Amino acid sequence: MNRPNLTGQRLVAVFLFGCVMFNYPLIALFNKTGKVFEIPLLYFYIFTVWAMLIGLMAWAIERRED
Amino acid sequence: MTKRILIVDDEPNIVVSLEFLMKREGYEVAVAGDGEAALRAVEERMPDLVLLDIMLPKKNGFEVCQTLRANPQWQSMKIVMLTAKGRDTEVAKGTALGADAYMTKPFSTKDLIAQVRQLLGLS
Amino acid sequence: MLQGWVIASVSFAYLGVLFAIAYYGDKRADAGRSLIDNPTIYALSLAVYCTTWTFYGSVGRAASTGIGFLPIYLGPTLMAGLWWFVMLKIIRISKANRITSIADFVSSRYGKSQLLGGLVTVIAVIGIIPYISLQLKAVSNSFTILLHYPDIVMPAKAAAQPLLQDSALYIAMILAAFTILFGTRHLDATERHEGMVAAIAFESVVKLLAFLAVGIFVTYGIFSGFGDIFSRVESVPKLKSLMTVADTGASYGSWWSLTFLSMLSIMFLPRQFQIAVVENVNERHLARATWLFPLYLLIINIFVLPIAVGGLLHFPDGNVDADTFVLTLPMVERQEVLALFVFIGGLSAATGMVIVETIALSTMVCNDLVMPVLLRWKSLRLQEQQDLSGLLLSIRRWAIALILLLGYVYFRAAGEAYALVGIGLISFAAVAQFAPAIIGGIYWKNGTRQGAVAGLLAGFAVWVYTLLLPSFAKSGWLSLDFIKEGLFGMALLRPQQLFGLTGLDEISHSLFWSMLANIGCYVVISLRVQPSVAETGQGTLFVDVFKRTAGTEGSRFWRGSAQVQELLPLISRFLGPERARAAFLAYARRRGLASADALEANPDLVHFAENLLAGAIGGASARVMVASVVKEEPLGIDEVMNILDEASQVRAYSRQIEQKSHELEKATSELRAANERLKELDRMKDDFMSTVTHELRTPLTSIRAFSEILRDDPKIDLLERKKFLAIIVREAERLTRLINQVLDLAKIESGNAEWHTADIDLHEVIEESAAATSSLFSDKRIGLHMALSGNVPTVRADRDRLIQVMLNLLSNAVKFCEAERGRVRVALSVEGGEVRVDVEDNGTGISEADQRTIFEKFRQVGDTMTAKPQGTGLGLPISRQIIEHFGGRLWVSSDLGKGATFSFTLPLNGSGAERREERT
Repeated sequence: MNRPNLTGQRLVAVFLFGCVMFNYPLIALFNKTGKVFEIPLLYFYIFTVWAMLIGLMAWAIERRED
Repeated sequence: MTKRILIVDDEPNIVVSLEFLMKREGYEVAVAGDGEAALRAVEERMPDLVLLDIMLPKKNGFEVCQTLRANPQWQSMKIVMLTAKGRDTEVAKGTALGADAYMTKPFSTKDLIAQVRQLLGLS
Repeated sequence: MLQGWVIASVSFAYLGVLFAIAYYGDKRADAGRSLIDNPTIYALSLAVYCTTWTFYGSVGRAASTGIGFLPIYLGPTLMAGLWWFVMLKIIRISKANRITSIADFVSSRYGKSQLLGGLVTVIAVIGIIPYISLQLKAVSNSFTILLHYPDIVMPAKAAAQPLLQDSALYIAMILAAFTILFGTRHLDATERHEGMVAAIAFESVVKLLAFLAVGIFVTYGIFSGFGDIFSRVESVPKLKSLMTVADTGASYGSWWSLTFLSMLSIMFLPRQFQIAVVENVNERHLARATWLFPLYLLIINIFVLPIAVGGLLHFPDGNVDADTFVLTLPMVERQEVLALFVFIGGLSAATGMVIVETIALSTMVCNDLVMPVLLRWKSLRLQEQQDLSGLLLSIRRWAIALILLLGYVYFRAAGEAYALVGIGLISFAAVAQFAPAIIGGIYWKNGTRQGAVAGLLAGFAVWVYTLLLPSFAKSGWLSLDFIKEGLFGMALLRPQQLFGLTGLDEISHSLFWSMLANIGCYVVISLRVQPSVAETGQGTLFVDVFKRTAGTEGSRFWRGSAQVQELLPLISRFLGPERARAAFLAYARRRGLASADALEANPDLVHFAENLLAGAIGGASARVMVASVVKEEPLGIDEVMNILDEASQVRAYSRQIEQKSHELEKATSELRAANERLKELDRMKDDFMSTVTHELRTPLTSIRAFSEILRDDPKIDLLERKKFLAIIVREAERLTRLINQVLDLAKIESGNAEWHTADIDLHEVIEESAAATSSLFSDKRIGLHMALSGNVPTVRADRDRLIQVMLNLLSNAVKFCEAERGRVRVALSVEGGEVRVDVEDNGTGISEADQRTIFEKFRQVGDTMTAKPQGTGLGLPISRQIIEHFGGRLWVSSDLGKGATFSFTLPLNGSGAERREERT
C-alpha cells in the first residue's frame, strides 16, 4: 500500500474526532428524551455520527492517489 | 645597441652575482627585489630580457610572468625563470605561463650566459 | 410445524454450500487465481467479529440496557481509523516474518521466545473457550426453539437433557469435523486458508441479510416503521428509559471503557488476528476494509433497538428471553421461512466464529504449546520419523477436536449460569491483555521479553481474579463469600472492588486494574532489564519494518549458511517432501536458477528456509530447528533436541556475530583515520622537503655563482675578489647553520635529541646569552635592559638548549629593531608555579596573522625588500619544541608597529621535565 502521508493523518483525525463525539461530555448533550424524525435523540445522534465517521474514512481512503 | 636586462630576485647575494655576470657580458642591468618592483621597472623601461626568480615577496614570479605576457607591448621581451624549487610541475607551469627558458638554482654561470645570449639572438 | 429433519437438512445443505465455496476457493488459490484477492471479500471476512453474541445477543443487551450494546461496535469503527498505521504495520511485520498466529507474533517479537508463545496461547485458550461455548449454546437453543414452531417454548436447561439427546453435542461434533475439513486439509507454509476465508465472507453476507430481514419484518411488518415503534415506547416507562443512558459519571465511564475494550478486541481476538493479518492476501485490501467493515457494523445494528423494543412490546410478561427475539418474533407471527432463514443466519454467525477461532487456537496450541514440548521429549523418538508433516496435521486436528470438546464441556457445566451469559465481554478483557506487548512491541524497541512476560502474567492474573473467578462464583461454583468479603476476608481484596475502587461496572473495573498491572510491569521491567541480542534484533525488525526492503529481513541479525542438501531434508520432515521441494524450486526460480540444487549456501537461503518452517511450526521452534543444520559442524538431530532450551546457542552465536561486526567496524574506522593522518603527514613532509630544498639551494646558488666567477675570471681586482670570497664564506656558514638546525629539529621531533637535564639558574642563562649577543646590540646601537627578579628558584632543563632559545629570541629582537632607537627589555619573574621570561622589543611588531604562523617551519616575517631577515626560519619552531619539552609554553604577543614580546614559561620544580623524561 502506498502511504501518502496525508491519508494516514486524515484517518487519525477521524479517529480523534470520533473519540470526542462518542464520549462524555458531548454525548451527554444528546442523552435526553426527545425525538428527531420520530427517532429517539441519542439513538439518532450516535447513528448520524457513526455514519459520518464512516463517510469521512471512506472519503479519506478512496481519494488517495495510489 | 646595448641590451637591457632586468634581474628580479630577493636574495641580495644572488643579485650581486647576477649583476656582475651580466655587466661583464656588456649588458645594461636593472635590479628589482620583489614582484611589484619588477613590474614597475618594466613599465618604466622595457628590458630585453628578465631574469625572474619565483619565490618573491609581494608577487611571485609566476604572477609577474603572467602579467608581463598579458601585455601585447611586451611580447618581444624574453623571460628566463630561475627557481630553487626544482620540481617538474614548476618548470611546466613557468613554460605554460609564457617563460622562454627555465633555470634551476644553483645554475652554471656558463649555461646562464649562453642561454641569455641565445635568447637575445647574439650567439 | 417445522420438522426436525427439515431444519437439519436445511442446515446441512447450508454447510454443504459453505464447504463447496471453501473447496472452490482452495482450488482457485492452488491455481493461482485467488478468489479472496478482493478488498470487499477481505472486509466481509472481518465481519467474523459479529458472532451469535451479536446476532442474538445484541437484541438481548439492547432489551436490558438500551443503547448500551453499541460501544461494542463503535470501538472497532474508531479503531479502523488507526488501522492505516497500526494494522498495516502488524500485517507487514507478519508477512515478513511468516507469523502464523497472535502467539507467534508476540513470541517472534521478543526474541522468538517459546515461553511467551506458550503464555499467549494459554491466555487465549482460557479466554476464548467459554466464548465458543456461547456459540454452541446459541445454535442449540435456536434449534430447540425452532423445533417447537409455532409454539414459543424456552429451551430447558441444557444440563437437564441426557447427553446423547443434547443437540449441542452434535453441533460441536459437526463443527469439529467441519473445521478439520476446512482448516487442516494440508499444511501450508503460510498457514493461510483461502477457501475458509471465502466461506466466512459468504457467511457474513448471510447473517447480515438474515438480520436485516428480521429487522425489516419487525419494523415494517409487525409495526409500521421506526416512528410507530418509538412512539409506542413513550407510553411504557420501562422502555422509555432504554432510549437514554443513565446520566451518571459511571455510566459514561463504562460506555467509554466498553468502547476502548472493543477497540482492542477487534485487533487482538485470535480470530480477528487470523482473518485480518494471517489470512490477508494483499495489504492494500486494508484500505477498503477501513470503511467498509465499520459500515457493515452500522448496518447490522440499525434494527437492533427496533427488534428489542418490538420484542418487549410483543412479549410484555417477560417469559421470552430477549436473546431469542430475533427468532421468536417471526415465529409468533407464523413466518416459517423467515424463522428458518434467521436460524441459518445464526448458524452462520456461530460457525464462522467457531471455525476461525478454532483454527487460530489450534495453530497456536500446536506451534506454541505442543511442538516445543514434543521436540523436547526424547522418548517420543521424533528424530526417527522422516516425515513430521502428518504429525503436525494430526496435532492440529486433535487440538481442534479438543478445543470444541472443551467448549462443549464448559457449556454443559455452565448452562444458563452467569459464567456463560457474560462471557463475551470477559473474553474481550482477556485478549485485551495482549495489547501492551503487541502495540509496545511494534513501536518501542526497548520492550523486552521479561517485560512482556511480566505484563502478560500480571494482567492475566488480575483478569482471572477480578472477572473469571467472580463469574464462577456467580455461577455457584465458588463461594460467593470471596466476592463479598474479599480473599481471606480482606475487604481491600474484594475482586470487584479491588483496593476499594467502586463506582465502575465489573468490566471497566477489571480492565482498569489489569491494564494498570500489565502496562506497568511491561514498561518497568522492560526499562530495568537489558534485552538479549535476539530480542534487540527482532525488536528492530518489528519496529523498523517499514524502513527495511523486502527480502533482507532477518538475515541481518542472524547469519549462518547451510547447503540446500541440509536444509531441504529438514523442511521436508515438517512440510512433506513434495511441498518442501516445490517451495525450494520456486525460490530458486525467483532467483533465476533452474533447480534448487543450484542454490548457493548463504544467509538468505537459511532465512528463507527458516521462514518456510516458521509457517509450519512457529517462529521459535523454526529457529531452533534451522540452527541445527546451520552450524559449521552439523549437529545430529539428537543433540538438537537436547539443546532446545530457549535456543541458547543461537543467541550466543548471533551475539558473537554482532560483536565481530562491531569490532570490524571499529577497526575499519581506525584504519581510515590512520590513513588520513598518514596522508596529512605525507603532505606536510612533502611541503617541508620542498621548503628545505629551496632554503639549501639559495645559498648554494650564490656560492656556485661566485666560485665560477672567480675561477673563470682571473682579472678581477683584489677588492672585488675579497668581497666575493666573503659572500661565499657567509653563504657557506648560512648553509651549515641551516643543515644543523634542520637536523636539530628532526632530532627533537623524532625524540632522538640528547637532553642534559640539570638544575638551571635562569639568571645565569640570560646573562650568558646577553653577553653572547652583545656585539649584535652594539653594532646596531640598540639598548638592552634587564629586569631580573632576585629570588628565582632553579628549573630542571638543559642549559645549552635554554641558551639556544634565549639567543634566538634576542637575535630576533635585534633583527626587527631599528638601529639606534631600538630598545630590548628582558624580564625574569616567578608566577604561580612557573618561571616566566619575557623578551620585549620596540621594533616593527608582528601582525596577528603572522603571529599564528611564525612558529611554523620556514615562516619568516619581514619586508624583504628592505632587509631580508637573516636566519633559517627554523629558530622559533626549534625554540618552541625545546620549551615544550620541558613542560613550558612559548608564545608571542604583539601589536603591529609597536614591538613584540616573546614569552616563555617553565615549571618551577621541574616536575614537567621529569614527566617528559620518563616518557621519552
